[in-house]
Amino acid sequence: MSLNSNTATAASGALANAGEPDRIDDNPAPKLKRSGLFKKSGATQESPLVNMVLTVVLSLGAIVMAAPLVWMVSTSLKTKDAVYSLPPQWIPDPWMWDTYARVFDDTYVLSGIKNSLIVAVTVTVVGTVFSSLAAFALAKMRLPGKNAIFIMLLSGMMVPFPTLMIPQFVLFSKLGWVDTLLPLIVPVILGNVIMIFFLRQYLHNVPDSLVEAAKIDGASYWKIFWTMIFPLIRPAVAAQFILWFMAVWNDYLAPIIYLNSPEKQTLQVVIANMNVQYATQRDYPLIMGASVVSVIPILIVFLIFQRQIIESIALTGSKT
Amino acid sequence: METSAPTAETSVWSKEDRKASRKANAKLHRKEYGWAAAFMAAPVIGWVVFLLFPMAFSIYASFTNWNGIGNMTFIGLDNYTRLLQDQYFWKALYNTVFYMIGIPIGLALSLLLALALSRKIRGRTFFRTVYYIPVISSLAAIAILWQWAYNGDFGLVNQALALVGIEGPNWLADPVWAKPAIIIMTVWKGLGYSMLLYLAAVQAVPRSLYEAAALDGANGWKRFTKITWPMVRPVTFFLVVTNIIGGSMIFTEINIMTSTGGPSFSTASLVWYVWNQAFRNLSMGYATAMALVLGILVLIVTAIQFRMNAKNDFSID
Repeated sequence: MSLNSNTATAASGALANAGEPDRIDDNPAPKLKRSGLFKKSGATQESPLVNMVLTVVLSLGAIVMAAPLVWMVSTSLKTKDAVYSLPPQWIPDPWMWDTYARVFDDTYVLSGIKNSLIVAVTVTVVGTVFSSLAAFALAKMRLPGKNAIFIMLLSGMMVPFPTLMIPQFVLFSKLGWVDTLLPLIVPVILGNVIMIFFLRQYLHNVPDSLVEAAKIDGASYWKIFWTMIFPLIRPAVAAQFILWFMAVWNDYLAPIIYLNSPEKQTLQVVIANMNVQYATQRDYPLIMGASVVSVIPILIVFLIFQRQIIESIALTGSKT
Repeated sequence: METSAPTAETSVWSKEDRKASRKANAKLHRKEYGWAAAFMAAPVIGWVVFLLFPMAFSIYASFTNWNGIGNMTFIGLDNYTRLLQDQYFWKALYNTVFYMIGIPIGLALSLLLALALSRKIRGRTFFRTVYYIPVISSLAAIAILWQWAYNGDFGLVNQALALVGIEGPNWLADPVWAKPAIIIMTVWKGLGYSMLLYLAAVQAVPRSLYEAAALDGANGWKRFTKITWPMVRPVTFFLVVTNIIGGSMIFTEINIMTSTGGPSFSTASLVWYVWNQAFRNLSMGYATAMALVLGILVLIVTAIQFRMNAKNDFSID
């Protein structure tokens, strides 16, 4: 990314950009047809025949992509025995809606959802504030050595979690935090390097003069951040927030290290343990039902914020 | 950006002048420094406490015999020599590298998908969504689903193969087919993500390039190799780097689908083996040494890739 943020065109472009996804925020219904990725489409002349063949190929591919998930839903609604029928049943007969009652009544799925929500919401909400404050300071404020600090933080991206998990585990077991949600929250709540990286990048498109003008008007940095910077970077924050939330929600390795009691486990650990426990009882509908339940909340979030998520992912590639 | 007024003149100033101005700057901006430091404090504290400190501790622990609770006995390089002779370590490393066969396969498929979806095809938003749904689904749920789908007798995969007259293996119980089974699943799961990145890159290629090439009589293959492929190279680079880092940490699907490391240890990955040694066998010292080796390997591979990509004008800013 080039950094010519001082030119008037770049600045106004950035502000226009910053304003545009905002409009979507107010109207969260996904506008599928107008999705930004498809504004400029294809080559000048396209052969209809080729497009038809491609449509067929893409449809076959879509079946391969969707079939396992459809099968998961269908299995969850079958009887225990129908799971083993050959040829396989796609439409359950009879429909066992009861599976979902069992998922919520007889298993730890509900407490799993609660624990996952506690971890994911706390981490992402508080962590987003810390990350955006740091990004603001790194991009727009004066501090000797701040670039060294930024490089230092970035270096953390190079260290894989498995390398840190053993000493972190020892640290938290010394604190008596094993079998609580704290080890899943505390190390990550202090800020997300990826988010800092992207927000800092995004802020480079905001002209320095804006901040300087606010300073001359006597606004404190705290106030500048909340009244000016945060609203400006909100679209970028929203995109990163959703991606982070999904990552925390779907995490599995850290939770299985720390959580032993079933009622304290996060959803992913709960369903993984159910997979072991109920497979011996051949209760596949229950296992699949729990898996469906673990996928649904994120799926809904995705369908609502589809456009922001897709654009922020597209952005990920172009920013490198 | 952080220097104030005297940027252009700095070079003509004497050393003392510069020192004095820096002092004046420090005084002028003391309040701003304070706020900036406060704003950066949380991630910096996190970096020190949860990254630097554990790293230092890891390095020390890797030279000890230690079960995580009792005393740490210093044993020098014993953990590292043990690692060199541990056939399970090598097997796990081999398996982890083997899984990366899925990376080029996934990238090729997703680029093809992106090229197809960049055309005016009816229902492409629908296709995009369908291909993307596995990406957002939780890996634990997907692993559970595929474990069942790979069941030799009743699984979806073998049912589908039977339709075309192929008798599928009992995937996850077969030392030959267990790794390909996991590769197929990871490709299926990751396809949508790479596809989206490629799609954005393909659509960012200026159309004038294709028009000019068409005027010069370049055929479709030429236009792909001379325009599209070079233009999407930064995305390819990004995906290769992140996929290798992610692939080196493969764990969830291994532990859920083959909780014992698979038939004759054929699916165990490095992280799975580290986790097993640390938290099941409580050989924390040894596990730490392996985890460090893993970290160093990832670092070296990433550094090599950045080196090779240096021509590509990559920069942080």
